Amino acid sequence: MRKEVVACFPQWGNYSHAFKFLLERGFNVKYLTPPPITRQTLALGSKYSPDYVCAPFKYCLGCYIEALAQGANCLLQIFGACRLNYYGELAEQILRDLGYDFQFMNMAGIQWLSPKSIMENFKIVNPDVSLVKVAAALPTTLKMIEYIDIVEDYLRRNVGFEVNDGDFDRLYQQFSRDLDTVESRKQLKKIFKSYWQRFRQIPLNKPAKTFKVGMVGDYYTVQEPFSNYFMEKELAKMGMEVYRDMNLTNSIVHNKWRERHKVGKKYAKYNIGATATFTVAEALQFAKQGFDGIIQVKSFGCTPEIDAMPILQNVANDYNIPILHFSFDSQTSEAGVKTRLEAFYDMVAARHQGGKR
Amino acid sequence: MKKAYLGIDIGSISTKGVVIDAKNQIIASEYLWTEGDPMGAVKRLLKSLQKQIKDQTVQVVAVGTTGSARKLIGAMTNATVVKNEITAHAIGTTTLYPDVNTIFEIGGQDSKIIIVENGFVVDYAMNTLCAAGTGSFLSSQAHRLGVSVAEFGAIALTSKHPTNIAARCTVFAESDLVHKAQMGHKKEDIIAGLCKAVVTNYLNNLGKGKRIKAPIVFQGGVSKNIGVKKAFEEAVGCEVMVDPNGHLMGAFGVAVLAKQAGIERHFNFNVADLDFRTKGFECPKCANHCEIICVYQGNKLLDAWGNKCDNGAVRV
Repeated sequence: MRKEVVACFPQWGNYSHAFKFLLERGFNVKYLTPPPITRQTLALGSKYSPDYVCAPFKYCLGCYIEALAQGANCLLQIFGACRLNYYGELAEQILRDLGYDFQFMNMAGIQWLSPKSIMENFKIVNPDVSLVKVAAALPTTLKMIEYIDIVEDYLRRNVGFEVNDGDFDRLYQQFSRDLDTVESRKQLKKIFKSYWQRFRQIPLNKPAKTFKVGMVGDYYTVQEPFSNYFMEKELAKMGMEVYRDMNLTNSIVHNKWRERHKVGKKYAKYNIGATATFTVAEALQFAKQGFDGIIQVKSFGCTPEIDAMPILQNVANDYNIPILHFSFDSQTSEAGVKTRLEAFYDMVAARHQGGKR
Repeated sequence: MKKAYLGIDIGSISTKGVVIDAKNQIIASEYLWTEGDPMGAVKRLLKSLQKQIKDQTVQVVAVGTTGSARKLIGAMTNATVVKNEITAHAIGTTTLYPDVNTIFEIGGQDSKIIIVENGFVVDYAMNTLCAAGTGSFLSSQAHRLGVSVAEFGAIALTSKHPTNIAARCTVFAESDLVHKAQMGHKKEDIIAGLCKAVVTNYLNNLGKGKRIKAPIVFQGGVSKNIGVKKAFEEAVGCEVMVDPNGHLMGAFGVAVLAKQAGIERHFNFNVADLDFRTKGFECPKCANHCEIICVYQGNKLLDAWGNKCDNGAVRV
């Protein structure tokens, strides 16, 4: 008898519900929701990673090791427009050298125009995979991602103004639990509708003028809260509305890359690689909409995002909007991040007071 | 009884304190080494400040703290204002120099640039992940060359041909310095070269893309180094002002903020005689292993922090 497949994709924001649905309903294998990222995850990942690799790799590797310890035996990695393309291969080799026994589906190795290649790779997960079933599960998966992003967008803008501390967090946890029970698209829609209404009923105490801050940055760091020291939460706690365009919906479900490239063309004529063009375009849009500040978060050594920095400064000068840059590695002092965020808030408040808008 | 306001800036290397009156005049000030013991340093600081104002009939009615140990000392002194050092420095400087446009600040372990327009902070940057071009780098190199940091600046001024020293990174700078010394470069040239390296590093790291406009005020402990001041003036091509109290600017700024906050709580200098202690433990409730710090006065828990989630919350 074959061993039961337990698949796992590294922790990344709150999307594990969608991956779970796709793997369980589409690929017909068990899915292990990766354990939440902790300092232990990062310590494990850093220990076995090349020192100069970017922090997202360290998070993923740490997460794989924790997932393997919890019984996962089939790991997945996506592809990307930067070093990410090599990360699957590198992580797999490191884990094999450590002596782990597992299957690995590296999507960077799939030729997406060749059904044969797709089939071969999907069979790594489940030898009896049915493409029809995967295709049938896909629309619901994508819809789930969209719903998650809709809720999170709302959360970012409003969590700082909740009347009762923790209202949003508590409801979000329930929402998360219910997402994991979804069996059909119809049910998903029902769950979303009921929660969406409840989210919007959470009492808020929002002043007429709020400070709006836009988050931009590299794909992983901006989307995985642990890797940016829960910055969105910190900003919200100070009473700011936080906006972020970069999410799975805007990058994969509805591919906005081309559109973003057009928007940022004045500042970056050519594609600067990975998410940097996206970063520039988003920042530009935030600036045009009269935001009070922009924060760029990136992993230390992320070259495309470094390329975006001087361009962002041009945007900052042209639109008179402050931009703060953060680089994260595995040992960033939390106190330093807090100090800069506090000063950022003071600055935004002072600029407003001084009528600099 | 005249009202007075106390500001304390507890940095990694030095602890600064000022007492100001209602007109923002400094009536007492102290600057001493933190020596890795912020609470002990503040006790010594308070004793000294108390001595300086004991002949005047003043009552401290508000306390502000800033610097990297601001939270700890804020709990200890029951501060009304606990502010980050970027804002504190900006407020201090704009109070004394309302026209200032650029603030250079180099402290013990960090450095910042603050851009001011019409008295308001519009942009700032703080060094990250790197100690090059900070006070602790200068003091360790001074030690290596066998001169005291205090004479460093004066020696630098005597140099006619500053030695070029790699500025990108402290490690490079240090090996470059050793190499140049062994090659026979004069000590004063090397020292002047180091001052230049600090400035180059600072402007490359923090000044990039920033609009550096006069009037410029240079402060923080390193501003006492006249060699660095001169190197700055050469690099930016205009006068760089250094206030005689430039090293106290953070403390001064947070004292002004404490005054402006309008909350009054009578402060008693006998805090310096009370027994404070901290207790750290690792929260066992999840794999985050948050390091939680509890601050006690005697057996009374004053405050606790360090937890990432509610599981590790210590209720006061």
